[in-house]
This record gives sequence, C-alpha cells and structure tokens, in this order.
Amino acid sequence: MLMPDDHGMAAQQATLAAERNEQIAALYRTDSRRILATLIRLLGDFDMAEEALHDAFTTALHSWPRDGVPQNPRGWLISTGRFKAIDRLRRAARFSAALTGVADQLEAAAPAPDALEEDSLHGLEDDRLRLIFTCCHPALTPDARIALTLREVCGLATEEIARAFLIPAPTLAQRIVRAKGKIRDAAIPYQVPTREELPDRLDAALHVIYLVFNEGYSASAGDSLTRHDLSSEAIRLGRLLTDLLPEPEAAGLLALMLLHDARRAARTSPDGELILLDDQDRSLWNHQQIREGSALVESALASRRFGPYTLQAAIAAAHTEAPTAQATDWSQIVGLYDVLLRVEPSPVVELNRAAAIAMRDGPAAGLALIDALLARGELADYHLAHSARADLCRRLGRVQEAIAAYQRALALTQQGPERRFLERRIAQLGAAPSPPH
Amino acid sequence: MKYLCLIYASEVDWANMPKERMDSLNKEYFDFTNDIKKSGQYVGGDALQPTQTATTVRVRNGKISTTDGPFAETKEQLGGYYLINAKDLNEAIQIAARIPSARDGSIEVRPVLVFG
Repeated sequence: MLMPDDHGMAAQQATLAAERNEQIAALYRTDSRRILATLIRLLGDFDMAEEALHDAFTTALHSWPRDGVPQNPRGWLISTGRFKAIDRLRRAARFSAALTGVADQLEAAAPAPDALEEDSLHGLEDDRLRLIFTCCHPALTPDARIALTLREVCGLATEEIARAFLIPAPTLAQRIVRAKGKIRDAAIPYQVPTREELPDRLDAALHVIYLVFNEGYSASAGDSLTRHDLSSEAIRLGRLLTDLLPEPEAAGLLALMLLHDARRAARTSPDGELILLDDQDRSLWNHQQIREGSALVESALASRRFGPYTLQAAIAAAHTEAPTAQATDWSQIVGLYDVLLRVEPSPVVELNRAAAIAMRDGPAAGLALIDALLARGELADYHLAHSARADLCRRLGRVQEAIAAYQRALALTQQGPERRFLERRIAQLGAAPSPPH
Repeated sequence: MKYLCLIYASEVDWANMPKERMDSLNKEYFDFTNDIKKSGQYVGGDALQPTQTATTVRVRNGKISTTDGPFAETKEQLGGYYLINAKDLNEAIQIAARIPSARDGSIEVRPVLVFG
C-alpha cells in the first residue's frame, strides 16, 4: 500500500526521470556527432560505430535515472558504446572465428581511461575533422560525399536528405551504403589530411559544403522551406570547419554563404516572384550576418592565402556593403572579377565581369564584351548570358534585339520564377512572351 | 618482354551470374591459369575489386587533383601497371601522383580483391 508521502515521492521521481530523459535528448542533439566521430576512430567502421552510438544512448536512458548522470557524460557514452560494440562482436564471434580476432584487437587497443576525460578534448575535436574529411574524400562520388556528410556529420535522417534532394529514399540509402563500402574496400583512412594532401582535400570538403548551400539557395525545384534548411545546414558545416581548421578559404566560403543568405528575405516577393539585386529592399537584408560575412572576408583577404571562394565573397560584400544600388562601387567589383578570372578562369566569371563593366562604363562597353563571349560559343545555351545581353540592349533602346534575347533566355530556362521574370520583361517591351514556333 | 592482359567484362553480368555459371567460369579461369603456369608464361596476376572502388589522380601545375571513378576522359587507355604496397588509399594516392604519366595522363588506383 502506498502512503501519501510515497505518492509524492513517486511523482517526484517521475519528474526527475523526465528531466533526465530531456537531458539525454539534449546531449544527443549537441554531442551525438562528436561521439560518433570518436567511435568511428575507436571501432574502425561506420556501421559498427552507429550501432554503438545507439546502444550507448539506450543504456544511458536506463542507467542514468537509476545511477545518476556520470561526471563526464560524453566520455561515459564513448566508452559504453565501445564496450557494447566489442560485446556484440564477441557474441557474433561464436559463429565466426575471424571476429574473435577483431574483438581481441579492439579490446587491446583500449584507450586509457583518462584518454576520454575532458582534458583530451583537443583529440576528440580531431575526430570531428577526421569525420568531415573522410565523408568528403575526393575518391567518393560527389553525390555520395554530400549524402554521407549530411548523414554522418550533420546527423540528418536518410529520409530528410532524400526529400531535400528530391530523390527516392532507397536511392539515397544505396548511395550511402556504396560510399561506406568504398571507404572500407579501398581503405580510405580515418585521418586529418597531411600538409601535402590538404589543398586537394580542403577543395573537396569546401566543394561539398558549397554544393549543399547552392542546392538550398537556388531552389531549382521543390518545396522552398525544406531547401532553405539545406542552406542553414551548409552554413553550420562551414562554421564547424572554420572553427576546427583556421584556413582562409574555409572562412571565405563561410563568408560567401553568409552574405548570400543574408539577402534571402529580399530575393523573392511575397508571391514568390524573383527580385533582382538592384530592386531589393535593403532593409530586409540580415545586416548582422552581413557584418559577420564582411569581417570574415577581410581576414581571409589579409591572409594572402585566399582563393576563389574568398574572392566571390569579397564581390558579394562589395554589393551588400553599399547603402543603395546606385552607391555600389563598380570599379572595386570589376577589379575583384579581374583577380577571380586569373585564379579561376571561366566564361561565367567573364560574363559577370562584363555585367560589372556595363555598370561602370555604360551598357555599350558591357554589350561588346558579352557579344564577344557569346561568339565563342561556350555560353550559347546559358540563359543568363542571353538575359544579360537582353538587359543591355534594353538599356540602349535596341528594343527588337532585347526582345529576341529575352525570348532566347526564356527558351533555355525551366525555373518558374525566372521564367515569369523574363515574361514580364518581354511584356514590358510590348511583345508577346512566347517565341513563334 | 612481358605483357599485361587487362580483362574487361560487364560487372552487372558478373554480379547477376547464377552460381553454376560462376563456378564453371571460375574453373575455366583456374584451368587457364594452370595451363599458362605449366608452360612458364605466367608472371603475375590479380583480380581487382569492381570499378566503384576506383580513384583517379592527376597533377596539374604541381597540384594534385583526385576524382572518383575510372574514366574521366574516354580517350585515355590503360597503358601499364605498378603493383604497389601502401598502407591506405591516401598513401597510394601520394605514390600514384609521383608516377610520371600522372602529369599528362591519369593513374587509376584500385585495391586488389582479397579472397577470404
């Protein structure tokens, strides 16, 4: 029989247990990726580490309400996960002699108890870098790198990633399985790149983050909310990488993402129509994010070891730092494009430079460059080349040429908001939007 | 003089091959290998893991660039091979980058299939 006091105690215990569960859930959100990163190193296998992570948190849910929260929860979860994994191997070893050897090896490689204490946090942070660089290894296909990074480093569910990239979940799951298979079969090591490897390997990691950001930012199709989450995830990854590895280009990429993302609210009208930079309401920009991005650009430029991401960020900063579109420093922007072209020559960069020249020296100067560029053929099917040409013709009063170029651009793009923007321009010039068949 | 014989076959066919067909094909390979061993023509040979395990390395302007998969440019054909001993893929990439043809061609790094 329960005495009144026992009722009180039971209720108190239930509250305590609920608090502990909430504490464990919070720990999972903040620390599960770090713990996974260390378990992969200790166990040498992604799948085994994921199981061990799951086992460790399940054990915590049972034992913490009873025994209290350990002094160093993260260390406790790591050693519990490791122990559970070895235990699983031992049980499976009853059917396979080879596994006994693996279990023995893992047990022998036991980290000293104090290796998991808070004073070795630096080593554990290295595990997070190991995880990023392994998931972004250039020997994996670009699609696999993105999937694996979002799954393992960001902790997104396979279904969430599949939804954001508009592909079936089994396809994405298969991609991850193949990537893990290659890591194992080709013996991709769980390491932070050496100094000689770093340029190639950092490029690959930054490219993964850039692609994730672009997928969310350009929203080529699909639900805009889900895809914006991808941009936030890319910014989070960029912050993590810059925190762990102070490389100027990593800071440059983070700046580029922050500066573009800062204009998100002003890029589309409430009914989803595209608004060009010149016409955006600058009070809708996220000015705190712009300040953070600009500061990152400055420090990356000052390092003198910057690359194309930093230069693109510097161009974005020049745009966002101007109080009005008219006050934009076009000479500075042209200068930055000149440097970018030397670092990374590309017809698209030439096109953007031509548009900046048109702003600095007038539409005729820009049009001459774009016509020369189009004559070379590489951008013949690039809709933005034709809409840039159309815009300059329009400003020069060459209406028929402008309409023809807008129609060419319209025929080359599938994106809803871009199509409607081009149709509006054509209508403003007094022509029917669709080209005759 | 030595010759390297590269075997191109459909991986899909291999993966979906019925056990009996696989067994008889394996026996053909086994007999063939034995025959050329007896005749003294055999130098060395290994089965490679499938193409999804491959990595391609180039050096341009002194900078290493690494990509996945075997065929970046179809006009390149395999022209020779080194069997190297490396502790992992990263070490193998560093060694492959020192092969002279990495500068104008490309080196495919493939792990050798170990039969359990």
